[in-house]
Amino acid sequence: MPVVAALAMAQPEAVVGGKSDRGEVTLEIAPERIVEVCRFLKEDQKFARVSTVTAVDWYPDEPRFEVVYHLHSPERNERLRLKCRLPGANPEMDSVTVVWRGANWYERETFDLFGITFRNHPNLKRIMLPEDWEGYPLRKDYPVTGDRV
Amino acid sequence: MSDLETAGVTAVENEASDGATSEIDPRPRTLVLNMGPQHPSTHGVLRLLLELDGETIVSAQPDIGYLHTGIEKEFEVKLYQQGVTLTDRIDYLAPLSNNLCYCLAVEKLLGLEIPPRAQWTRVMLTELTRLNSHLVWLGTHAIDIGAMSVFLYCFREREDILRIFEMFSGQRMMTSYFRIGGLALEPPRGWQQRVKSFIDIFPSRVDEYEELLTNNRIWIGRTQGVGRFPLEDMLDLGVTGPMLRAAGLKLDTRKTEPYSSYEKFAFEIPTRTENDVYARYLVRIEEMRQSARIIKQALEGMPEGRWTADAPHVVLPDRDRMKTQMEALIYHFKIVTEGFGVPAGEAYQVIESPRGEVGYYVVSDGTAKPYRVHVRGPSFGNLQAIPRMVEGTLIADVIASIGSMDFVLGDSDR
Repeated sequence: MPVVAALAMAQPEAVVGGKSDRGEVTLEIAPERIVEVCRFLKEDQKFARVSTVTAVDWYPDEPRFEVVYHLHSPERNERLRLKCRLPGANPEMDSVTVVWRGANWYERETFDLFGITFRNHPNLKRIMLPEDWEGYPLRKDYPVTGDRV
Repeated sequence: MSDLETAGVTAVENEASDGATSEIDPRPRTLVLNMGPQHPSTHGVLRLLLELDGETIVSAQPDIGYLHTGIEKEFEVKLYQQGVTLTDRIDYLAPLSNNLCYCLAVEKLLGLEIPPRAQWTRVMLTELTRLNSHLVWLGTHAIDIGAMSVFLYCFREREDILRIFEMFSGQRMMTSYFRIGGLALEPPRGWQQRVKSFIDIFPSRVDEYEELLTNNRIWIGRTQGVGRFPLEDMLDLGVTGPMLRAAGLKLDTRKTEPYSSYEKFAFEIPTRTENDVYARYLVRIEEMRQSARIIKQALEGMPEGRWTADAPHVVLPDRDRMKTQMEALIYHFKIVTEGFGVPAGEAYQVIESPRGEVGYYVVSDGTAKPYRVHVRGPSFGNLQAIPRMVEGTLIADVIASIGSMDFVLGDSDR
């Protein structure tokens, strides 16, 4: 069964949207359900790997942040993109490190550069920047040159 | 070692003292050793915090970020075509692989059709990049373990490859030769002879490296059985590339998700099952031979035709057409001054770089600059597995283990 159909059947209320564009499937997931969805995808649908986790800042739109997961199943030779939308004020969601340990550094990077907090993360601290750095450089309201706002 | 054992300086004493110390000695038994960020065998600026109990590693903690240069942020203020120059600087051993992945992602958004000649040239040059990268890896890995001379042999061939790059692009390292829509320049006259004389001799050079190392007792002693950890953990932790293939998984995006006409080339994906440093060495050696096969096929079957796509709004017009045609001049002016818009949307393109899976996630909002570019560097995923690989092993093996990963810190920190 295609992964989208299987997921829609198993957890219909977790999937809030989706599209297939240029041969790539994107599913939008309710942020509070992300761990369940990922566990289902890994254990039931053989998505053994998380290729990367990152975010996109749509400032000044709301919901401001999109957290983007790129999953890969070597066994099925398929890729899948998951998205969760988070508000600009206090963006926070559950960590998927309980599903794939490899999400650890990607979530840390997203935390470091976007300021998105991942709950239940084993070691959520800055990874690229010094620990006393102020601000989150990949946010759109953070300037490329000049003084920090 | 066996002399010591026969002399009786052995386990009995150790057992006795072990039992005693755990009862009466309250002092901590472990020592924290700070390796790097300027340690030569970390190939860049990786810092490893190692907690040692005697010579055994209790825990390891990699610390990265020393080379973070904000490349992803910088993409957002560059035109799409200017972004190519940033991709060179991510992984200095595989600039063309990164050029290719970024171009493919943007071309996917634009829906461009790339002519066969450009695709084949891309394949040939990225395979030369693989050789270049594997040669640097082999040379430095051997130095780390103590075999000095291999480095000199490897750099001899690497020099030939860099000269080929210079011939094509004018640059030895930061080539920026692949552009969105094709190649930056027409392949230079006489490149066939240069590539042919290199590729004819290269397989025998690989034999030379193998003569130095494959049956070398010291090399085998330092690498066999070292750095093993299960394949499931590798997949879970995000490891890709030759490390996975040395653990028995035949995963290579050139075969599983072919791009840039890789499906038209005959080559094998080498795998091993021993899953140690030695197996990773053998896999990379065989990959060099397979890359040489691909380059030879590209050389012999190189199609004729244009080296850029038929897309006047993206690709700069030829110089002589600009002198005679009004449209060409207008397009040139528009592309140079304001770039070209890319249809809104997103694309994630994955290719197989020498180090593993490179991924470029490009988000467009319809303007001439990317809204967001995220780079999935293979080194970042691989480095995450260091604690799993070295914990419980001896400190003397750390150098061999991390060397077998073949990471580039610029690729990890971006």
